[in-house]
Amino acid sequence: MDEPVLEVVEVSKEFPGVRALDRVSFRLRPGEVHALVGENGAGKSTLIKVLTGVHRPDGGRLLRDGRPVVFGTPIQAQRAGISTIYQEVNLVPLMSIAQNVFLGREPRGPLGLISRSRMHAMAADLLAGYGVTEDVRRPLGSLGVGAQQMVALARAVSVDARVVIMDEPTSSLEPREVETLFEVIGRLHRQGIAILYVSHRLDELYRICDRVTVLRDGKLVHTGPLADLDRLALVSMMLGREIGDVRDHGVTGFGEDGHAAAETLLRAEDLVSRHRLAGVSVTVRAGEIVGLAGLLGSGRSETARAIFGALPLDSGAVVLAGKTVRTGSTSAAISAGMAMLAEDRKADGIIPNLSVRENIVLAALPRLSRYGLVSRAKQDKIVDIFVERLRIKISSPEQKVSELSGGNQQKVLLARWLCTRPTVMLLDEPTRGIDVGAKAEVRKLIDELAAEGMGVLLISSDMEELIEGADRLMVLRDGAIVGDLRGDQVTEGNVLAALAHHEGDADE
Amino acid sequence: MSTSTTPTGFHESTPVPGPGSREAAHRRLVAGLLQRQGAALVFLAVMAVAWIVFPGFGTTGNLRTLALQSSFLAVIALGMTLVIISGGIDLSVGSVYALGGVLAAYGSRWGFFGALLLPLAVCGLIGLVNGLLVARTAMAPFIATLATLLFARGLLLAITGEGATTYKIDNDQVFLEIGRGVLFGVGYPVYITLALFVAGGVLLRRTRFGQALFATGGSESSAVLMGLPVARTKIMVYVLSGLLAGFSGAMTAAYLQSGVTVIGVGTELDAIAAVVIGGTLLTGGAGTVIGTLFGVLLRNVIQNIINQIGTLDGNFQSVVSGAFLLVVVVVQRTLSRGRR
Repeated sequence: MDEPVLEVVEVSKEFPGVRALDRVSFRLRPGEVHALVGENGAGKSTLIKVLTGVHRPDGGRLLRDGRPVVFGTPIQAQRAGISTIYQEVNLVPLMSIAQNVFLGREPRGPLGLISRSRMHAMAADLLAGYGVTEDVRRPLGSLGVGAQQMVALARAVSVDARVVIMDEPTSSLEPREVETLFEVIGRLHRQGIAILYVSHRLDELYRICDRVTVLRDGKLVHTGPLADLDRLALVSMMLGREIGDVRDHGVTGFGEDGHAAAETLLRAEDLVSRHRLAGVSVTVRAGEIVGLAGLLGSGRSETARAIFGALPLDSGAVVLAGKTVRTGSTSAAISAGMAMLAEDRKADGIIPNLSVRENIVLAALPRLSRYGLVSRAKQDKIVDIFVERLRIKISSPEQKVSELSGGNQQKVLLARWLCTRPTVMLLDEPTRGIDVGAKAEVRKLIDELAAEGMGVLLISSDMEELIEGADRLMVLRDGAIVGDLRGDQVTEGNVLAALAHHEGDADE
Repeated sequence: MSTSTTPTGFHESTPVPGPGSREAAHRRLVAGLLQRQGAALVFLAVMAVAWIVFPGFGTTGNLRTLALQSSFLAVIALGMTLVIISGGIDLSVGSVYALGGVLAAYGSRWGFFGALLLPLAVCGLIGLVNGLLVARTAMAPFIATLATLLFARGLLLAITGEGATTYKIDNDQVFLEIGRGVLFGVGYPVYITLALFVAGGVLLRRTRFGQALFATGGSESSAVLMGLPVARTKIMVYVLSGLLAGFSGAMTAAYLQSGVTVIGVGTELDAIAAVVIGGTLLTGGAGTVIGTLFGVLLRNVIQNIINQIGTLDGNFQSVVSGAFLLVVVVVQRTLSRGRR
């Protein structure tokens, strides 16, 4: 057995309130392609940042070729032969392709000055092996994202790397570019360079990876040969669910559907957005809660954002209550009767320094005002109604929202949207980061809203929440619907099966 | 392990737009040209027109004065170019410039080296403070250098008794030569400035420091992840800016034979305007020193023309510069949007 080129021993990292990594250990052997997988919050990014010197671990050790190393800065990790290509290309778009490849280690001629001609020749030479044939003097920003990613890879490998970490390298590549990437990976593999490959695309993992490490909630769940795990087992591990006796369940046929008769409120047809959505269709009926299930990066949030007009679409249509809604415009979506609770309520939702009252009435201001003046009495009335109805716990409507608990903040946001009297609500992770009691309350509220005839599109990483809450579940993978479960079919086994399998892949 | 996987249907159904229409590419090209060479083109056009229209403009004497007058601002703007490329801004240079002049006059009592090294040491130190504040405490460059602007101006007033004392340089002929010497009919400051610009150009384009400067301004987080010495680069660039402003002050003092206290007010804005007109992106990451040189020349030529007209209020120079600055910034905006 080869000595590991990089070994992570019981590494822990804590952030305020979160244990991002909890005594994680794994080994990377020379020449292996090692998959690192896990859902949101599993600790993958933290682990990568520890390996690349961006974060210092609180505990544990890193061994490089058996010798302990400490990385305080990215340059130290790079000097130790660990290179990284990030999901978002981390290069300088305004500088030339060649400059980007050699930044910080430019070839120098007499007087210590950079030799441009040599740099250009070397860059062109190097990049030819990565399928990049553009003039290396052009600014990097003029290349497509895929080609930029290749430049990043060329840079990463050409610094004498022994370990290359790839964080979702294919998320913005075209199929042809993915092939080039895999060829390069094959070459690195033969040169004995170890690759830590982070991706959510199971197809890719099974195609190129030798071994896999699964993280969940900051803990190591599994590490071992990938061939020993089938897709279902892998997905179950990532999500932390039991496989049970659900193998190879067909996901066809129609279950009982209590809402079949109800009026269709929302119909999204064939939503396409480059690299994100590949033709997603969703319908939501009055009183129905439709859940979107899928792994990280499968296009759940993107679907909701596309319907709400927050994600530009290449094609597709959104129809609300029989009327076509202009896509790509949130204000069109709102005035048509949609409301969306965004995934990150801190960034996209609450305004912490405003009071509960101000936060609630924000979206309803146009309706409450006359001649540009807002009636305070009307505001107070509305706020009272919602505080009572949503059981928001506050000392007074003038309390700052930032002083509330996560659950109550979420309710304030919900109240804000309910002020606009939406017919369809899109809820992206409505219970994330709030305590158990508040979770139950928010779920109950969602049920109540649906019972009153509202259509709800629910996104959640919490499988239980989806299965218990949704009347119907659409399962997404790689930006496409791969399962449509109704009534009795909405079971954990069926969801896992839909996540793990794909057409023409009966052998697994 | 599956080996027969085809790429997911996801990609195939995705429309792939071409690499931008020809029209867009053309527009980008024009915008790029305007951006990089705009100042030079406009400068040449204005020169040509002025030459023909005003008989007094094309005279050797007038052109010499023009070149000499441009030198002092150009040296300050050179430092500002580097700072702006790094993604920062240096508001302190106007005060530091004035302080440099006073310190040079003050230091001339210790001879040539006193007159030269005292301003460089103090102004370099102020630059170092700027750099440390920006790089180590992550303070906004705007705020940090605003503080040192006040500091330098205050120091200047303190050593001159609120401007009541003017230090004269009369005992050091060698130092005065820096400002007053003439070679082939052209003042020394012009040669010094050109030499500094050549050095600046080499520094930017042919050294790792220069490349790190572009990278820091172009995308700081990328620069950090690429392992570039971002903090050191930032500190260096503010030190350079302080040194250049201080040196320009010393050169001005040598030219005027005394440390004048009232100069340099608002000079930082003139320098910034010249840099931006010269095609350097105010957001950092792109720019040239030659563009800055033309930016400074353009400003002074317009001033000169307004003087030639005679009947026009001198303040119209600012009006014209301001209008041109607006045009440049709009072009930059269009250009950076085209890139995205």
